[in-house]
Amino acid sequence: MADVTLTIWRGDPAGGAFTDYVMPSVEGEVVLDVIHRIQAGPAPDLACRWNCKAGKCGSCSAEINGRPHLMCMTRMDELPEGEPVVVAPMRTFPIIRDLVTDVSFNYTMARHVPPLLPRAPDAPDGTFRMMQVDVERGQEFRKCIECFMCQDVCHVIRDHEENKEHFAGPRMFIRYMELESHPLDSNDRRELLRQRMGLGMCNITKCCTEVCPEHIKITDNAIIPLKERVVDSSYDPVAWLGRKILRRTKRSAAEAAADAPALATPTSADGPTPTVAAGITPPS
Amino acid sequence: MTDYESHDFDVIIIGAGGAGLRAAIEAKERGLRTALVCKSLLGKAHTVMAEGGAAAAMGNVWSEDNWKVHFRDTMRGGKMLNNWRMAQLHAQEAPDRIYELERWGALFDRTADGRILQRDFGGHRYARLAHVGDRTGLELIRTLQQRAVAMGIEVFMECKVLRLLKDSEGRVSAAVGYWRPSGEFVIFTAKAFVLATGSIGKSWQYTSNSWESTGDGHAMAAWAGADMIDMEFVQFHPTGMVWPLSVRGILVTEGVRGDGGVLRNSEGKRFMFDYIPAMFAAETADTEEEGDRWYDDHTNNRRPPELLPRDEVARSINSEVKGGRGSPHGGVFLDIASRRSAEYIRRRLPSMYHQFKELAGVDITAVPMEVGPTCHYAMGGIRVEADTEATTVPGLFAAGECSGGMHGANRLGGNSLSDLLVFGRRAGIAASDFAEGRTGTPTVDDGEVSAVFAEAMAPLERSGGESPYDIQHDLQETMQKLVGIIRTESELTEAIGELDKLEGRFASVAVSGPRTYNPGWNLATDLPAMLTVSRLTTKGAIVRRESRGGHTRDDFPKADAELATVNLVQRITPDGQYTLDPEALPAMPAELRTLFEEEAH
Repeated sequence: MADVTLTIWRGDPAGGAFTDYVMPSVEGEVVLDVIHRIQAGPAPDLACRWNCKAGKCGSCSAEINGRPHLMCMTRMDELPEGEPVVVAPMRTFPIIRDLVTDVSFNYTMARHVPPLLPRAPDAPDGTFRMMQVDVERGQEFRKCIECFMCQDVCHVIRDHEENKEHFAGPRMFIRYMELESHPLDSNDRRELLRQRMGLGMCNITKCCTEVCPEHIKITDNAIIPLKERVVDSSYDPVAWLGRKILRRTKRSAAEAAADAPALATPTSADGPTPTVAAGITPPS
Repeated sequence: MTDYESHDFDVIIIGAGGAGLRAAIEAKERGLRTALVCKSLLGKAHTVMAEGGAAAAMGNVWSEDNWKVHFRDTMRGGKMLNNWRMAQLHAQEAPDRIYELERWGALFDRTADGRILQRDFGGHRYARLAHVGDRTGLELIRTLQQRAVAMGIEVFMECKVLRLLKDSEGRVSAAVGYWRPSGEFVIFTAKAFVLATGSIGKSWQYTSNSWESTGDGHAMAAWAGADMIDMEFVQFHPTGMVWPLSVRGILVTEGVRGDGGVLRNSEGKRFMFDYIPAMFAAETADTEEEGDRWYDDHTNNRRPPELLPRDEVARSINSEVKGGRGSPHGGVFLDIASRRSAEYIRRRLPSMYHQFKELAGVDITAVPMEVGPTCHYAMGGIRVEADTEATTVPGLFAAGECSGGMHGANRLGGNSLSDLLVFGRRAGIAASDFAEGRTGTPTVDDGEVSAVFAEAMAPLERSGGESPYDIQHDLQETMQKLVGIIRTESELTEAIGELDKLEGRFASVAVSGPRTYNPGWNLATDLPAMLTVSRLTTKGAIVRRESRGGHTRDDFPKADAELATVNLVQRITPDGQYTLDPEALPAMPAELRTLFEEEAH
């Protein structure tokens, strides 16, 4: 069979360049298979992340021919024949080496999410009753494999490092929507989303939805409904009046934020470049 | 001496899959200084790959179900070699652990009346697996991960632990490792350590396991002097993908069969009816009609033979392929397309649908899948005390796949996820107790630390040696060919010879490039564990001269009455010698024994 050429970005934070690797073509292979053969042959130190090799763990995200893909789910025979396959690291995150980037921004943002606060159980034995139709909304978002490709293509942060301090990003917006729509949850994260997580910065270009390998409708089913909820909460005079005169059933954002995880403790999740998270202050 | 970073905690958990996360949550709840150390990013551990579900006798679908039935199924599936106390605790506590996940945010599929839905799986008498489509592992790891993050548990990601070090009193006091991104060394000292490092499957050629499953915890425990039990029992999951070759081994969930899929050979025959063992004959359908009726009526029909325990199904597939009745690419056919609607298949098995569509170009709602056995799970492992998961080394605990005993000679599908939760929690409690009771500051010997650093650096400092990839490749080929699903004395002995040679070659392994995120170097530091664990497996397999569960000997095709009563206990002495002794299984109390006598007729 003919050879295939992979043009792979190699380098570190100081800089790098694309290098061509010409390998024999093998039937049925995905891009990650060829990367593995390059590691076992000409470039044993070629850095890339991977784990499950079945599209379930979201480790091997890269930009293939300029577009984010999971390397383990991109078949070589689906790419243009006879042309080099260009493999580059995700651009939105700082380089560690070769195809490996520092994705700690996402883990930092995850620590800001006020967790589920379950309502009282439904049955005397402490168990809950939820209907399939009611869990399905949240299940869509919980399919997320945290490949962070939605974060990678998001205009708000792709070429705007300065926005990362104030912007949770599509991955976290589906997490917020999952919790907001969770049948058991009694927390309210709307003010947090408006004031600290930059929900308003999203201008609904749907790039995140297009690249989602789990086909989660990030924009339509999470970001837009979240925007509506936040707007209702902030500007709707009826809702405002309701909050004033009626007994609240949901906790306020301040109360929710008081339960939020410890934000000040740095962990290894902050990685070698903690500057991304440095500007974030705990919601008060 | 090389500079290194150090951290001190009360409890250190190595491995951030289901067991590690659950243990960490428990220690953190006790208010102890708790940290997780993991080789990949948080949330990528192999738990994420679990598909079918978590077994727990909640009785939501079949009210007849209870912990005793689950206990009995587990012991019989394990060919009665299980640690009975672990199997009992597991069956009793699994429902609470599942309900707890729900309080932490997990969204399981529901019954019509809003309770957690349960699905059928091999070897389980009743539909028992709590699940979310076919991505239950993702749900489990994400729920635990989000809980751990919300609690503020410290997580040290992409950190490879090389060795455990003990203090002068023999208590484990430190874990020595390096950061994969920077290549710099790091030492974690703590009062108690929990190993939750998962599997050993990467030492085989065709495996459902990821690069991480190199048996790090197994090997580190053995090097620290811990007892290892029943290392010969390796589960080959009956249904892995077989084509294209590059995806060979990737798991196809047992849920396909639980939801109505059947196995056929090249003649279109449901061959599993030819392989029903006597032990399960009384509860297995002997006609296709009865098997098909069972899905809707478990009470008046017996289960189809496709849902026999995994060891039985894997061996049967192997025989069909050897007998020349295999599929074009050397597997058999797994057919759900002709038995369930396309809509049902896509709803129940969404990730299987996508996996085959995208990797093999096969539409499983229209045509059968090609499947064959793939190395999947280590039943054997670090010997632990059933109630506390304490190993035989003070200060060291182990939970999840790296521990041994719970699953005996063969694990039932669905019992792994619940095992992680039940014993992860128990290990967390016991490690916390130990940490609270331990006096003095954990100390390390600088000489020992330097020796670990030197050993890890050696491949980088050598030049002109052999590539670690070549050694890994040959190890995988050796284990696949000689210590695979069907074994014989001559091949196992040959394997020991090959392992000797591979160890010799490892002594001259060399890698190029920097220390920062260097996969060649990372592999070179994984190889010692892979070689040690492969040797333990092979040595156990030689001594167990019988066929039982996940261990099949061509030269000893029957189960042996005497070997039915023992664990094979292996140790590595301080000077590197391997010892092996049969030791009597813990005796099951009379009231539990009656569960098996009642069912005999």
